[in-house]
Amino acid sequence: MKWLMVGIIVGSTVLADLLQSFEMKRHTVAVEDLRPGRLVGMLRGLAQRGPLVLAVFFMAISFFAFMKLLSVADLSFSVPVTAASVALETVLARVVLKEKVTALRWAGALSVACGVALLAM
Amino acid sequence: MVEEEAQIASVGVRRVDLKTKLLTAFVIATNVLGNFSMSWGMKHQTTDLGLSPLAYIRLIFTPWVLLGTTLLILWLLSRMTLLGWADLSYVLPVTSIGYVMSAVLGKVFFGELVTWQRWLGTGFIVIGIICVGLTAANTTQQEPAG
Repeated sequence: MKWLMVGIIVGSTVLADLLQSFEMKRHTVAVEDLRPGRLVGMLRGLAQRGPLVLAVFFMAISFFAFMKLLSVADLSFSVPVTAASVALETVLARVVLKEKVTALRWAGALSVACGVALLAM
Repeated sequence: MVEEEAQIASVGVRRVDLKTKLLTAFVIATNVLGNFSMSWGMKHQTTDLGLSPLAYIRLIFTPWVLLGTTLLILWLLSRMTLLGWADLSYVLPVTSIGYVMSAVLGKVFFGELVTWQRWLGTGFIVIGIICVGLTAANTTQQEPAG
């Protein structure tokens, strides 16, 4: 059950992050939109974007799987182990989102992935 | 690869500005506190959840889980905004400090065992964050609006 939940969390998180990053880059939110008076309008705008709605759907799946995981495993296991998505998402950011991932960033992502693996032990 | 790095450098590396740093800090704080509240609420609930969705929905309205859920909604929205301002491959490692903080909170408040492997892992994550923090935040498009 524990590892099934981890698999569901990682898979749905990867899909949600790719969709969010893709869509938010297309229509960036300005600092002014974060002011209280414009927040509702901004949220309404976000809710009308298909890729974001789909991303939230995947995040909801991840959220409920995370709740289940927390009820059967330690916090200090549950949180780090779900970060297994970092390495996978960095590769997909390069391939799918065409981000320019420099050697230093690859090294950093690899170091974080190693760290997360150690935390999950 | 070298050409690509030179190209990024020539654009002025689009340094990480103050608002991106502040938003990153907010994303990390809401994530860590949200996970902590959720975990506290889940550990102090007494009913067997099973796989029934209704049990989970009822659980959401208990105080700690509700606080955790609210913080995680704020985290979701702020992170979404941050993803518009910075690369996914930048946001992921930099916000990973939250994993370290969660491990520390787990030890302090829940008495969870933090082994030497976990502390070593923490060291790797911190080094990774420093490496990624030295790179450009946004390599795919113009400066964020605002």
